[in-house]
Amino acid sequence: MSGKTESLTGPILLMRGIGKQFPGVVALDGVDFRLLPGEVHALMGENGAGKSTLIKVLTGVYEIDAGTIELSGQQVAFSSPLAAQQAGISTVYQEVNLCTNLSVAENIFIGREPRRRGRIDWKRMRARASELLAGLGIDLDVSTPLSSHSLAVQQMVAIARAVDIEARVLILDEPTSSLDAGEVEQLFDVMRALKAQGIAILFVSHFLDQIYEIADRMTILRNGRLVGEYLTRELPQVELVAKMIGQVLADLEKLHGEARAFDEPLVQAQALGRAGAVEPFTLTIHEGEVVGLAGLLGSGRTEAARLLFGADHATGGQVVYGGEPAALRSPRAAMQRKIAFLSEDRKRDGLVPELTVRENIILALQATRGWTRPVPREQQDKLVAKYIAALKISPAHPEIPVRNLSGGNQQKVLLARWLILEPRLLILDEPTRGIDVGAKAEIQRLVVELSDGGVAVLFISAELEEVLRLSHKVGVLRDRRLVAVLPNDDELTTEALMETIARGGAR
Amino acid sequence: MRRLLWPLVILALLLLVNVVFTPNFLSIQMRDGHLYGSLIDILRFGAPLMLVSLGMTLVIATGGIDLSVGSVVAISGALACLQISQDAGVAWAVALALGLSVLLGAWNGFLVATVGIQPIIATLILMVAGRGLAQLITDGQIITIVNPAYKLIGGGYLLAVPFGILLVLAVLAVTAFLVRRLALGLLIEAVGGNAEASRLAGVRSKGIIIVVYAFAALCAGLAGLMISSNVSSADGNNAGLWIELDAILAVVIGGTSLLGGRFSLGGTILGALIIQTLTTTIYSIGVPPETTLLFKALVVTVVCLIQSPAFRAKVLGRRRRPPAPGPVPGEKVRVSA
Repeated sequence: MSGKTESLTGPILLMRGIGKQFPGVVALDGVDFRLLPGEVHALMGENGAGKSTLIKVLTGVYEIDAGTIELSGQQVAFSSPLAAQQAGISTVYQEVNLCTNLSVAENIFIGREPRRRGRIDWKRMRARASELLAGLGIDLDVSTPLSSHSLAVQQMVAIARAVDIEARVLILDEPTSSLDAGEVEQLFDVMRALKAQGIAILFVSHFLDQIYEIADRMTILRNGRLVGEYLTRELPQVELVAKMIGQVLADLEKLHGEARAFDEPLVQAQALGRAGAVEPFTLTIHEGEVVGLAGLLGSGRTEAARLLFGADHATGGQVVYGGEPAALRSPRAAMQRKIAFLSEDRKRDGLVPELTVRENIILALQATRGWTRPVPREQQDKLVAKYIAALKISPAHPEIPVRNLSGGNQQKVLLARWLILEPRLLILDEPTRGIDVGAKAEIQRLVVELSDGGVAVLFISAELEEVLRLSHKVGVLRDRRLVAVLPNDDELTTEALMETIARGGAR
Repeated sequence: MRRLLWPLVILALLLLVNVVFTPNFLSIQMRDGHLYGSLIDILRFGAPLMLVSLGMTLVIATGGIDLSVGSVVAISGALACLQISQDAGVAWAVALALGLSVLLGAWNGFLVATVGIQPIIATLILMVAGRGLAQLITDGQIITIVNPAYKLIGGGYLLAVPFGILLVLAVLAVTAFLVRRLALGLLIEAVGGNAEASRLAGVRSKGIIIVVYAFAALCAGLAGLMISSNVSSADGNNAGLWIELDAILAVVIGGTSLLGGRFSLGGTILGALIIQTLTTTIYSIGVPPETTLLFKALVVTVVCLIQSPAFRAKVLGRRRRPPAPGPVPGEKVRVSA
């Protein structure tokens, strides 16, 4: 008897003491999580906090190493995403995983088409699809191909499909990251309708304003551990950011004294922007100056940096380099002006894994010379040996494939690639993420050395302490907008930065 | 070189089979001042395939593929023979044929790099259209010619050695120089290994890709001259038919991944020799003609399985330690000293 009343009022999903390890990494450590029917529950945390691992554990992509999962009071263990789906846990990912070449109706019923005498009953399929979408407040011709609709509508179709498979738990993993404001509202209306039907929604988003608009409750993770569960209305944004990032109150030595005056502007971004990536921003970087960029993941940090390197095309504004407008049409064009860019995603945008350490280090230098003018082998060996020693790359062997190195050493290889070009502006996008403390300190020290030598550095990091220690001034991004540029004086603290990130606008 | 080990073993095995069936298979003699023997024949008849495969290696290393080389073989031979049949000079005919080949290759590269068509489709265009072009040049006929100077390329001898073999050696030397002495190899491997990372490192991948397709077509054009010279005729329909498939196979047997990245010119030469030796073997051991294709397919399947580290680890690993459910064999990190 009590079991029945419990299932009506208690959580539909209860995860207790969840642990998950990968070789060398504890991804989740004793995490508790619960979902109540008819609520929107936000899962919050910085990159690497364990959000996606928790979702993958819940949906049967990974098996858990410790803990229990209960669905409606019954202990479950999903062996595959399909098993989770059949038990009523449906997931809609950021990238819609539907077949865009099929019609809307086909997408909703793919794999479970209504049949009549062995043949697909198209009429009934279309009628049911229209009905389902109407229930979500969407009116469209379900026989049109999915690709003819906006991403927002595609997402609604994915949701309609998920809901129709009798979902009790709906997981929306960053559904809004590629939607515009109107589409987000449309999505939220659907979420509210589902909520009213008693479906529990787990919502992941990097946009704080959206969390505060739609979520009833939130669970915060940090470094694979549970920070806590809070009612949204009781947790101010500043506290949320503090809990996500983790406050380290101990005062670390500031490697750079204070904001100083610089005379020579090296690079100026003037109303530089790219539609859908980062709104127009204006930022001046002087010779020898370290400019920090702070902001949550997805706030436009990387996108801004890529514009300054010519990795993406700007849709507005211009870059002024050394007093003259510079058209950065490609990374090559930026490199010719001695701009270097250490990308955030080593694997995807940096390393050529099967090439050796030496080949990876000289790649950019060789690229600037073209294939007809090889860097003499002697010079290669000398340069590579110099940087292996200077950056303490280990193993100190230039001829092994770079994929055999640890993350920190791979990062140093990429740093070496750019340092041999003797850049005047070095853009470092999360250079210390995922590497051990020793390597981190070495990279920080290197930034200071470079700056003392007159190199301008744009330093992007999610770790505010690091940004504060190194930067002369800090630009704060929020929701793809540069909301403030703050001089790094005595008054600038991590708390003040967090507040700017949370609230937007200057102190 | 560890990666050349298995191709070498396979080639040795094939030669061994031949020696068993034809005891004097390995003997090389001097006849009329020319080197003569089965091994020389393999090299001589394998020369066009080796050339085409060398070009194909670089294309595959960028992550691409070139299906049009067979058609370029036909076009090149047809144009050269047409010129010679109209009393043009041999040098002019050769230059014209090779020039057109390079142009066709650059067109492939343009489609792949600049227009952004998938390599298999981009080169399929020329594979199909090229046959038509070759027949247009020969007017649908087989052009036969009599020209001793032209005959040298595919059928002649220089210093007792078949000229075709020398030509392959020369192309191999030039290619090795371009890719290993100059920096073309590094940039090709970078583009094939991680295209986006290469772009962000400033590699001009468009230029590299166009150069590579042009080079592949040049190799094919040269092979076309060789083939037409050897038979003193140009057949737009059948010259170089299916040679692209043999070339791709040679590259793969030689240890270059179809996904691009690291490549091995030596491996490709071995791969081409394996295929040519296999063809010879089929004749020498007397496989009935109606089953040759099937036989060839079976051998190629076995060769590919032997080449696969995953397969070797599975077969050998299971035999060595039956029950151990340890880490996946073959995933061990090897650090060479």
